Amino acid sequence: MGRGFQVTNRTTGDSFACGDGQSVLKAMEQQGFKCVPVGCRGGGCGYCKIKVVEGDFECGKMSKAHVPPEAIEQGEVLACRIYPLTDLIIECLPQPAAGLASKQTTTKALR
Amino acid sequence: MKKGVMRPGHVQIRVLDMDEAVKHYTDLLGLIETDRDDQGRVYLKAWTEVDKFSVVLVQADEPGCDFMGFKVVDEAALNQLEKDLVDYGVEVEQVPAEELKDCGRRVRFTVPSGHAFELYADKKYTGKWGVSSVNPEAWPRGLQGMKAVRFDHCLFYGPELAAVYDIFVNVLGFHLAEQVLDPEGTRVAQFLTVSMKEHDVAFIHHEEKGKFHHASFYLDTWEAVLRAADLISMTDTSIDIGPTRHGLTHGQTIYFFDPSGNRNEVFCGGDYHYPDHKPVTWKAEDLGKAIFYHDRVLNERFLTVLT
Repeated sequence: MGRGFQVTNRTTGDSFACGDGQSVLKAMEQQGFKCVPVGCRGGGCGYCKIKVVEGDFECGKMSKAHVPPEAIEQGEVLACRIYPLTDLIIECLPQPAAGLASKQTTTKALR
Repeated sequence: MKKGVMRPGHVQIRVLDMDEAVKHYTDLLGLIETDRDDQGRVYLKAWTEVDKFSVVLVQADEPGCDFMGFKVVDEAALNQLEKDLVDYGVEVEQVPAEELKDCGRRVRFTVPSGHAFELYADKKYTGKWGVSSVNPEAWPRGLQGMKAVRFDHCLFYGPELAAVYDIFVNVLGFHLAEQVLDPEGTRVAQFLTVSMKEHDVAFIHHEEKGKFHHASFYLDTWEAVLRAADLISMTDTSIDIGPTRHGLTHGQTIYFFDPSGNRNEVFCGGDYHYPDHKPVTWKAEDLGKAIFYHDRVLNERFLTVLT
């Protein structure tokens, strides 16, 4: 791992180091933080969507259903598919996945 | 009742990056690449399957499942099933032969849960991979990774389970092998079979239409499931849960994700189903045990992370 960058979640106050070429979600999981929900880890399910408030990053491929191009411009991206180029400040978004879950009328019985 | 639907035949899975996906499905799962087409789709099969392909990968902007296909016994059955679907009020679409290479005409329809299915009668018979049909050896050398035995079933999430049940059971001749009922008696999960297997396709209630939970591949033994878990760690592949046992079907299982976030399962064992068997019922209140028999607690991800 290189020198790494610091990622701070301003919603929860958690802060952790992220190595060169490492995704924000992977760094978070490796260090035992739980401040972003973990889903498929492959850019597909949208579960780990966050907003990057400050800092630069590179993006891997993400599902357009969850991250349309205009969302990327606003820094709304999937933590499993972003690789910091500077220190980052992120915040949690209202969960689309969790939002859906709360709308699951019949499936409520399953929980 | 038998209507001529024989077995799961194929699934078309959307992936974000084809090279990564092919590596995952061949090197890790152990499927064999059998062809590619001019749309850039990649055709794969598991070694015991007799037809040319069972998994089709297509590159797309969002992952998920385009359709699942069932093979029917012959063209006469296909014609009759097509008529039965239309008579039942299901809109069918004709997909011409060779739209998928070496596959005959397909009858495609979308069920009220939002999932597309296909019926077809013909696909190129290539025989089991790496073994002869005369005096065959026990298994072929040169298999990779988990050495998946066959594409087994899919689980889909969507609404309108009762309407989906009606089509699969009344029109297509599937049987309800297992179900989950909520306290009001509403079926919130249905495991449907057209064979002796506990499920050839399954549905779990979810408000959003057309969601893909997983494609599942069969392994021979619990040892093979544990070895699959080893390979998932060795390759740093995203794991969901397992190895464990399901209450539903009692299969032994592990779940993980392909590089685009589509969930895969490999499993072994499980119960069997004959047409005279009554459905097995699990109570929704005990869903933790129904899904993860050992932990008896659901991980939230299993219910909410979908493509």
